[in-house]
Amino acid sequence: MENLIEIKGVRHAYKTDAGPLPVLDGLEIAVPEGGFVAVVGPSGCGKSTLTRLIAGLMKPDHGEVWLHGERVKGPRSTVGMAFQNPVLLEWRSILKNVLLPLEIVPSKLSKKEAEDRARFLLSLVGLEGFEDKRPSELSGGMRQRASLCRALIHQPEVLILDEPFGALDAFTREDLWQTMHKVKEREPFTGVLITHDLRESIFLADQVVVLSGRPAKTQYVLNVPRTRTPTLDDLYTPEAAEQLNILRHQIQVAQGRTTEDAA
Amino acid sequence: MNKHVQSIAVPLIAVAIFLAFWEWLVWVNGWPTFKMAAPSDLPPAYARHWDLFLTMGWQTLWRTILGLLLAVIFGTLLGMIMGFSRIMRDALYPLLVGFNAIPKATVVPIVALMFVGQHDFNTVLLAFMISFFPIAVSVSIGLSTLEPEYRDILRSLGASQATIFWKIALPKTLPEFFGALKVAVTLAFIGTNLMEIVSPHGRGLGALFDSGRTNSDFPLMFAVLIALAFLGIVLYYIVVALEKIFAGWAERSPG
Ligand SMILES: Nc1ncnc2c1ncn2[C@@H]1O[C@H](COP(=O)(O)OP(=O)(O)O)[C@@H](O)[C@H]1O
Ligand SMILES: [Mg+2]
Repeated sequence: MENLIEIKGVRHAYKTDAGPLPVLDGLEIAVPEGGFVAVVGPSGCGKSTLTRLIAGLMKPDHGEVWLHGERVKGPRSTVGMAFQNPVLLEWRSILKNVLLPLEIVPSKLSKKEAEDRARFLLSLVGLEGFEDKRPSELSGGMRQRASLCRALIHQPEVLILDEPFGALDAFTREDLWQTMHKVKEREPFTGVLITHDLRESIFLADQVVVLSGRPAKTQYVLNVPRTRTPTLDDLYTPEAAEQLNILRHQIQVAQGRTTEDAA
Repeated sequence: MNKHVQSIAVPLIAVAIFLAFWEWLVWVNGWPTFKMAAPSDLPPAYARHWDLFLTMGWQTLWRTILGLLLAVIFGTLLGMIMGFSRIMRDALYPLLVGFNAIPKATVVPIVALMFVGQHDFNTVLLAFMISFFPIAVSVSIGLSTLEPEYRDILRSLGASQATIFWKIALPKTLPEFFGALKVAVTLAFIGTNLMEIVSPHGRGLGALFDSGRTNSDFPLMFAVLIALAFLGIVLYYIVVALEKIFAGWAERSPG
């Protein structure tokens, strides 16, 4: 199988007191190894549900989720996750927070090697010198960087990011976009990014999937051609404007604000 | 003045002023010792009954601590059950609130009658009954309000429920637990004393207080009150010290 992540005909409904709530209905996503997909869609359409399915935290009612040629049946240690809420453990230092996954996942690294790797990741995201600080001593953006290091420490094949920069101010967010590119060059992974920021999606991903309103299906896929690592200036080119225009239009369709057919 | 000296001197001066005022009040009104005690009556009271204070104080202390330990174990288990299971929470919470609403003073004669003659057991039981509630509630709230992402970062790596409990849920609940334990210490103390005072042939500082009461021996009664306050403060600060060790990270840095 050439795609590292493959989602085929996934349907899912939550059981609620008011009866079943269909959330996903006919989801198709394929991400090649090393690819980076951004998923955008109206709020509440089922994006976080999608990340939970890929991570094996739950099973879909129908359809299949495949990772690296294997059907996902439960959690697997080849996945790393980061959320909008960095959920760092306040009673651990930043370094110990980053090392947490290695206490769960079997690792070939010695204690010393693991620590060196954590320090390397922290310096890669610009947190050199903050290893022994407590999370509360860091700003929101720095905590998010630490959370990213924790998601990467065990060298996951798949990195799942659920609106990781959603709570940050615009400048911090742009800093973190550039950090993401830097990290991806040194630590290759296949990425799934949930976001509601269209500029973020075309800056980071090579494929942007637009989901329709709930229950969500794959409504549109935009390929973002890349020949080199983008800079922030690339967001102000005619090509970027054109891509953003398409995505904006697709989101409006997803939100049901225009009756025009998406296809 | 040096900040350190000031932090010790100011409270000491306040206590001295308070004692002087008390002494003055008794002196000005000419109250005899069967109506009221002055601070100067206390050292003779301790000197006369020092052996009683030691044995009775020890009685009160160990029963309170044992009751408290039982409350911690039972309260934590109950809190875990309610924190992890929605159904158990819905089932147990009303029962617990109802039980807690009963003034424990009314339970004292019932317990004393049910296990007549078992003074140690009764006292520990009451200290336990009165103090497990805040612990159970704090642990259950701490566990049930854990944000799902905290579970997910470990669960997505294949961690078991037990691992998630030890690595995340338990430490995260510790600040609330210690907050509740501080309340529980005071409550357990009340429980011990209630039983000691009410039981006909009681022992402990409560019983000593009661014997002072029957003889209108105010110096003895006040001496017991101050001994009780002393034990209460010691227990409270032991909990504070434990909190510093195990949940010191949750402290807001001052300023
Ligand atoms: N565990 C759950 N039980 C019931 N309904 C849920 C549950 N999780 C999410 N939902 C509902 O499913 C819908 C999709 O949720 P989610 O995947 O979090 O959306 P998004 O991340 O796109 O905002 C929402 O309407 C949400 O209220
Ligand atoms: Mg979401």
